[in-house]
Amino acid sequence: MKHTLVALVENKPGVLNRVASLFRRRNFNIVSLAVGETETPEVSRMTIVVDASRTNAALVEQNLLKLVNVIAVQDVTDEPVVARDLALIKVKANRETRSEIMQFVDIYRAKIVDVSAESLIVEVTGPEAKLQTLLDLLRPFGILEMVRTGRVALVRGSGAYAGNGHRRNGNGEEARTPVPGADGREGV
Amino acid sequence: MQLTGAEIIWESLLREGVDVLFGYPGGAILPTYDALSKYPQIHHVLVRHEQNAAHMADGYARASGKVGVCMVTSGPGATNLTTGLATAMMDSSGIVAITGQVPTKAIGSDAFQETDVTGVTLPVTKHNYLVSRVEDLAQTIHEAFHIARTGRPGPVLIDVPRDLQNARTEFVYPTTPVRLPGYRPKPSGSPEQIRRAAALINAAKQPVVLAGHGITISGAQDELLEFVEKTGIPVSTTLLGISSIAESHPLCLGMMGMHGEAYTNLAIQDSDLVFAIGMRFDDRVTGNLAKYLPHADVIHVDIDAAEIGKNVPTDIGIVGDAKAVLQQILPLVEPGERSDWLNKINEWRNEVRARDIIHQEFPDDILLAPHVMHELWRVTGGAVLVTTDVGQHQMWEAQYFRHDRRNQLITSGGLGTMGFALPACMGAKFAQPNEEIWCVVGDGGIQMSIPELATLVQENLDVKIAIINNGFLGMVRQWQELMYDRRYIATPLLQPDFVKLAEAYGIMGMRVTRQTELAPAITRARAHRGPVLIDFRVEEDTNVFPMVGPGRALHDMIRRPLHLVATEAAQ
Repeated sequence: MKHTLVALVENKPGVLNRVASLFRRRNFNIVSLAVGETETPEVSRMTIVVDASRTNAALVEQNLLKLVNVIAVQDVTDEPVVARDLALIKVKANRETRSEIMQFVDIYRAKIVDVSAESLIVEVTGPEAKLQTLLDLLRPFGILEMVRTGRVALVRGSGAYAGNGHRRNGNGEEARTPVPGADGREGV
Repeated sequence: MQLTGAEIIWESLLREGVDVLFGYPGGAILPTYDALSKYPQIHHVLVRHEQNAAHMADGYARASGKVGVCMVTSGPGATNLTTGLATAMMDSSGIVAITGQVPTKAIGSDAFQETDVTGVTLPVTKHNYLVSRVEDLAQTIHEAFHIARTGRPGPVLIDVPRDLQNARTEFVYPTTPVRLPGYRPKPSGSPEQIRRAAALINAAKQPVVLAGHGITISGAQDELLEFVEKTGIPVSTTLLGISSIAESHPLCLGMMGMHGEAYTNLAIQDSDLVFAIGMRFDDRVTGNLAKYLPHADVIHVDIDAAEIGKNVPTDIGIVGDAKAVLQQILPLVEPGERSDWLNKINEWRNEVRARDIIHQEFPDDILLAPHVMHELWRVTGGAVLVTTDVGQHQMWEAQYFRHDRRNQLITSGGLGTMGFALPACMGAKFAQPNEEIWCVVGDGGIQMSIPELATLVQENLDVKIAIINNGFLGMVRQWQELMYDRRYIATPLLQPDFVKLAEAYGIMGMRVTRQTELAPAITRARAHRGPVLIDFRVEEDTNVFPMVGPGRALHDMIRRPLHLVATEAAQ
């Protein structure tokens, strides 16, 4: 089971290093980590995917909260989220195979962003499963190179992060995800 | 008021109530040291090695409940601090370390004595800072003290480039409480969790309380005692939980874990409910986790949410300050009738007493470390503060010195740092100048911080040093005996003549080799105004028992042999 954690962190030098160092020293197994700016310049947003069969996601969450520069963490696994990965796939393509590849690209609502005599670059966004199946379809043609971002996620609806460790619903009510055995999510 | 960065450091430390700090100067921190001449109200203790500056700050913090401060230069000065920072981190001790750094422009150029100190110390500090503008310096120091002392305390490091120490800016010390968006220690526990916990406690037939360092840190000794006396539930302590409740109290079971008494570990393993407060289920406390607490529900109270469920599955987790949570739960718990349970424990306890070394007769020239600890306790009436290192002497002290006073033991628990006891006792002496302080240390550990004897004399500190000298790195030798077929590799230890060494430093030295010499020597040391070092020559090849071997269940102990020590000694 993969868990998706969203962390709001102070946009300061060295914060990514603090988070990465935490994962390393606690032996946490992380599937992906995506970082970027948010609507607030002082705050960056991290989307972290944890393989919960190997690492306890609640412990990752509590340990992230212990970092002084981490403002809030939420496990959005059980929330209705829009989660997206982006992949650029350079696939071998010649006159015979090109149109077949383009059909797959169409079906997956992906895009061809570069064409050469011998290859194509396909840009695809979507949930991981979609990327994975397209990748499986393209593999027989010969994948020359590939790059993927980590997962990024936003919870659906008009709510936004309260920045106090809880998600605030559109109506101002606080929604909390219970942590097994723990009653609070404030870190120290 | 326009001040230099160096002056801002001292002005800020003054406002945080600092009157003593431990340090070692060098190029990158020289502007700050130079400005110290304007602040005679701050006493600087010149250590002989930077690691000990951190240990002294740690000892000061633990003995005073205030933040301890150390200051060193860049590069080797700062890297030498790391073991001291890691020690403070593992034992939740609030210290602030200020390190000089090469000038801002030189950072990243491998300049002379440059090290990436915030990088090196990241995993061994609660938080650290590299200051980039002199305007941020005062606010950074204000935050550092707040983070070090609140929540789960820990070391905070501030790295200050040399050019910032010389730069000038307007000095205004923040007077408002620190507000950090990502740091909000949780003061009290969730009322709902506390109600559920109280119901479990009231229903338990064979409960035990496991009290850790959090009791002392939060000052919850009164509440713990009240809880124990109201409910009649026996309490066992971790090593750092020692002296959070008087060990003579009939409901105190003493230290648990690898070298805990058999009746303590048996009670924990036989319990149906564990109420753990301010402790973190370290592997030295639990033994084999798969076989730990086979029958017990677990209520775990800790200020650090990340500790709950880390090692032991928890039925009820309560995040909050130990004192506050105990105050919340006290009105909800009821006196229980558990005489069967207490009788069972007392049967085990009586059986353990019969095996105790103290109740066995040995020839006078057979001096055992437990004799030393027992006499130190008896002669002083227990009215002293003790610091220990790590190893056999540390466990014997925990077992044979009866800690009835609060915050009476300062030891390196989590990290197990050799060389800690001597600098920690010196730091503690600055915090508690009227206390009688004994540094109990092995012949291996004392040699790791022995240069601090010079600091001791320079500062004219009246502390007593008890070297438990068995000619070995004793605990390692014990493991070699029990697990490595008695191959004593790299554990026999050549020592200097400690008495002559003490005298070379200008310290009174004594040697004790017989049981009958114990009380007179300790009495003489106490009567002497000034430092004393006693070289206690104890039997070489004795072991700390009981012992839960690595990977064994907590109740699966090698017991203290009934007469083995006497037989071995007679051969």
